[in-house]
Amino acid sequence: MYGKGLRSLSIATVAALAVSLSLVFFYAPLDADQGFVQKIFYLHVPLAIVALIGFVVGGVFAILHLRSGDSRWDAYSYVSIHMSVIFGVAVLITGSIWAKASWGHWWVWDEPTLVSFLIVFLMYATYYPFRYAIEDRERQARYASVFAITAGAFVPLNFMAVRMAESLVHPRTFATANGGLPGEMMFTFLVSFAAIGLLWVTLVKFELTAKSASGQLKRLRRALDAPGPGSTSRVAPEVS
Amino acid sequence: MPALPLDEAGKYVAGAYIVFLVLIVVYVAIMAAKVQRIEKELRELAGFAETRANGDQVAPEREEVGADV
Repeated sequence: MYGKGLRSLSIATVAALAVSLSLVFFYAPLDADQGFVQKIFYLHVPLAIVALIGFVVGGVFAILHLRSGDSRWDAYSYVSIHMSVIFGVAVLITGSIWAKASWGHWWVWDEPTLVSFLIVFLMYATYYPFRYAIEDRERQARYASVFAITAGAFVPLNFMAVRMAESLVHPRTFATANGGLPGEMMFTFLVSFAAIGLLWVTLVKFELTAKSASGQLKRLRRALDAPGPGSTSRVAPEVS
Repeated sequence: MPALPLDEAGKYVAGAYIVFLVLIVVYVAIMAAKVQRIEKELRELAGFAETRANGDQVAPEREEVGADV
């Protein structure tokens, strides 16, 4: 069920990533201030935005799970958060590399944008031990949903707080007051954002398909292990 | 800080993109291993189901024979 359209989605993602990389390195102009190192922007920023949206999407799925009690939504929520945590790792590493190249430091502790993202990331890192500390599957799904909703609500609040805070070194790229991106850079950014978004959707679908197959396999194993209603009378005598 | 020269900036840009690529490749490799495990288990279960189905086909004949006796 989850695997439907995965192949075409994967092809679209690879094509979008290829177009995005071509635009980044052959179309987008060099930044007047930072030069070539600014190319990291087209990877780092879309990853960060997609990761944050993914956390919120995980919260929305969790709401649907609590409303309907359908475990399918819990799986969607879990996989969305899982994928966003992986993207979060990429955001932190690419951000650190960019910081080292631009500011001369791998990390700056008094910069609200960096620290707030780290807080969000660490908060979601606790999702796994929290979830798997509960053995009962229903309770586990319910508590994980409550966590996903609470944390998901924190993400936009945190984003707004950071936007309002005084920035020290991290740029506010999309601030309209101080100018925005030039057209070519904006176009390249939007294509990169679409490509990274597609990648997130594809990987979520991929993991959901694998999880669904694993679940079906467990069901099949249980069904085969259990003696059928008709089989006891026919198979059991043979064994004895 | 002034903009880094291309040869120096190139290392950082390549590093960032390679890290991203490595992360994706590692993730896909883990998922591929998982899918392989599922496929292997599925093969085992299919074999088990076939054996069981063959057993079910043989058993009624024996019952019939037993009933005749």
